[in-house]
Amino acid sequence: MGSYVPNTAEERQAMLNEIGFQTIDELFAHIPSDVKIKEGLRIPEGMSELEVRRKIGKIAGKNRVFETIFRGAGAYRHYIPSIVKSVIAKEDLLTAYTPYQAEISQGILQSIFEYQTMICDLTGMDASNASVYDGASAAAESIVMCRDRKRRKAFISAAAAPYVLAAVKTYCFGNEMELEIIPEKDGLTDLEYLKAHIDKETACVYVQHPNYYGNLEDARAIGEAVHEAGAKFIMGVNPISLGILKTPREYGADVAVGEGQPLGLSLGFGGPYLGFMACVGSMTRKLPGRIVGQTTDHNGKTGYVLTLQAREQHIRREKASSNICSNQALCALAVGVYLAAMGNEGLRNAAIQCTSKAHYLAEQLEKIGFTVENKGEFFHEFVTVHDRSAESVLKALEEQGILGGYPLDDRRILWCCTEMNTKEEMDQVVRILKEV
Amino acid sequence: MLIFEKSRPGRGCSMLPACDVEVKLPGERDKRERLLHLPELSEGELSRHYTEIASKSHGVNDGFYPLGSCTMKYNPKVNEDMAALPGFTEIHPLQPEHTVQGCMEVLKLLEEYLCEITGMDHMTFQPAAGAHGEFTGLLLIKKYHESRGDKKRRKIIVPDSAHGTNPASAAMAGFAVVSVPSGPDGCVDLEKLREEAGEDVAGLMLTNPNTVGLFDKNILEITDIIHDCGGLCYYDGANLNAVMGTVRPGDMGFDVIHLNLHKTFSTPHGGGGPGSGPVGCKEMLANFLPSVLVTGEETLAFTKPGQSIGEVKSFYGNFLVAVKALTYILTLGREGIPEASQNAVLNANYMMHKLKDLYTMAYDEVCMHEFVMSLSGLKKATGISAMDIAKGLLDHDIHPPTMYFPLIVEEALMVEPTETESRETLDEAVQVFRELYKLAETDAESLHNAPVSTPVTRLDEVGAARHPVLRYVFEEE
Repeated sequence: MGSYVPNTAEERQAMLNEIGFQTIDELFAHIPSDVKIKEGLRIPEGMSELEVRRKIGKIAGKNRVFETIFRGAGAYRHYIPSIVKSVIAKEDLLTAYTPYQAEISQGILQSIFEYQTMICDLTGMDASNASVYDGASAAAESIVMCRDRKRRKAFISAAAAPYVLAAVKTYCFGNEMELEIIPEKDGLTDLEYLKAHIDKETACVYVQHPNYYGNLEDARAIGEAVHEAGAKFIMGVNPISLGILKTPREYGADVAVGEGQPLGLSLGFGGPYLGFMACVGSMTRKLPGRIVGQTTDHNGKTGYVLTLQAREQHIRREKASSNICSNQALCALAVGVYLAAMGNEGLRNAAIQCTSKAHYLAEQLEKIGFTVENKGEFFHEFVTVHDRSAESVLKALEEQGILGGYPLDDRRILWCCTEMNTKEEMDQVVRILKEV
Repeated sequence: MLIFEKSRPGRGCSMLPACDVEVKLPGERDKRERLLHLPELSEGELSRHYTEIASKSHGVNDGFYPLGSCTMKYNPKVNEDMAALPGFTEIHPLQPEHTVQGCMEVLKLLEEYLCEITGMDHMTFQPAAGAHGEFTGLLLIKKYHESRGDKKRRKIIVPDSAHGTNPASAAMAGFAVVSVPSGPDGCVDLEKLREEAGEDVAGLMLTNPNTVGLFDKNILEITDIIHDCGGLCYYDGANLNAVMGTVRPGDMGFDVIHLNLHKTFSTPHGGGGPGSGPVGCKEMLANFLPSVLVTGEETLAFTKPGQSIGEVKSFYGNFLVAVKALTYILTLGREGIPEASQNAVLNANYMMHKLKDLYTMAYDEVCMHEFVMSLSGLKKATGISAMDIAKGLLDHDIHPPTMYFPLIVEEALMVEPTETESRETLDEAVQVFRELYKLAETDAESLHNAPVSTPVTRLDEVGAARHPVLRYVFEEE
């Protein structure tokens, strides 16, 4: 059995005696015996570290690690600089709690302040929180933060990722907000539908950009329609794309959110990831979750603290802007290190490579009989249709160690390219699919 | 100094090769105009920056961390190693099921073990933290009543000693929050509870042991009162470390629970996340769980329950955190789980015993894994508050206990030593606590000024909130 209890049996006994007890059971004597476990837990006996390592290693071995991946759909494989992993493994940062005691948490607080600055820089916004659980919950929280007494209805584009749509629905069920889906038309948000249905009870409209199919929306036109109705415009954005694409602010958004995973977090079978949330200055006090602010100490020295806590659950209880306590601090740190290691040119380069490679693969696939559905501009994802079943296409690739795009239905596949995909890999995909 | 102030144009790291296909840029409509201001530093400079950041932080490995209700136990290294296996980190969440059988096995095993430890029948790992779990669990309760056509149940009962998250979660799930006062013993006042219990009650949220560190002996009566009025009982697993292996929430009458893997099951807090807040429930709520339950014997698969509340997050939750918790449970096993809990309780009682002649205990009886002291007497006598003692501890490399919580105790300090601290560490901490008490009586002024050895002294929080500076502003902005 493994154990992390330092005190030996003799030491424990001595401690018990010192405080007036004979056995450990006496400390639990006041618990009614009819609720106590009678025969011990039915879980395996504990193991040595070596045995545990063998067992978990064997379980991990049952997964297939693909060397080549052309699948995105909400989780993206990007290059993670070595320094990211080395920083987030530092024990002082890894094992700390939420920085309530600011005097001994200046490092973590500063790293969050830097993260907030970088998220504002990417999105063009004025204020960012310290992160939430992931892109889907960020989308959901952003919709909830826009409601007020007169406006309790939200619109979300059908061209948002399915997991985002699902989480938003759940949060609206909880918060008792009305949710309407804006249908898609040719892979884009149907602007005419929105214009016809948005009303003065609408709190906000959520649009993903690039959307689930990789398409760039006419975001400025959508934003204008939203503002005309007096509602808030929320954009869910891919952070890598911001290396080259207009900021949500430039498109006219009031709130920008997104999945932070592409910025230095591993695929990890879906988590931990990170949701980023930023907004225009006038909405700062509506942001949920932790926010770090700069201040000074008694000697006038610059320092950092958790701030605007009047929004939060431990002060406001049931009147809080959200129930969130833990955010994804270590993931926010990873994002900060990632963006610092990439720098302006690195991020721009990653974005350019993503979109360039996606366009290359799309062209090559068209040459061998796939139809690309995306009519206008797309970023690093696109959808193909083919007579052959998506299943057979993906199986052929899987046999060669390649994880192909994500099957949307029997015939349609959502492909994704990042800077990780080489020309050679893409040519190999085309070769394999030509042969079958 | 901020990383942006260290940045110099043209410096940087080289991470990517040149683009090996024809470069494609977005059209005019979508081209970014706003300049980026990401830091530009060499890798060596970056590395030093983050080493400095780390040196100005305090983790479990930096010293005693008796932060009540947060269970700051040691975070084993093997957990980290296992979660870093490429067989987990390199797995795309949308890979075909037959290529992720290992990941599903992790979730299946962890579900099986945690259900046994808590007395539940099913568990979802989608919630990313305790608060997220509360939201999810409350939606199960909401959906349960709705599915029975019972629309009048709008109230969630929460004791006044509860953590602020409980009422906040209930509000997010669309419920009205009713607070019931605690009795003089810190436990639920049964008479008051009976008064509130009625046809409009959806459920009750409770921790047991409660937030003052006491096991509520009337627990079966409490859960009966709620069940008798048609409500459900929600267990906040924040304090499970006190009783795992001894009592199970399911046997106490709870129908739905959340756990904090980052408290009870040794996964690191990461400076405020990522955590993991799995939600367990009894069979009658299984049909409402989020849609990614692992089922099957030989081949595992995800299934969507018929009346699922839907998703609360992308994919399957903070999976890599689940790997760490599974590693921990496999290591401790059948004997180690109760052993951890027993020693957590022993350590808390030991410290309480050695402090109670000096410090006033809010409830002077056998505690569970934590105890609460009230410094209101000391404050009246010397002007030294719970905050001052907390700040004094910082100069001794001890992380302060949780301050001013629970709200029902004036000038509260809530101490949770955990089982992974040695007797010497506890003795040293007791010594420091006692010295600070004496200092309050002899030289209060020096405590008002504490801490003095930290990178900064007490910070102006009022100013920070009044004139928020939430990001660095670049010169050209």
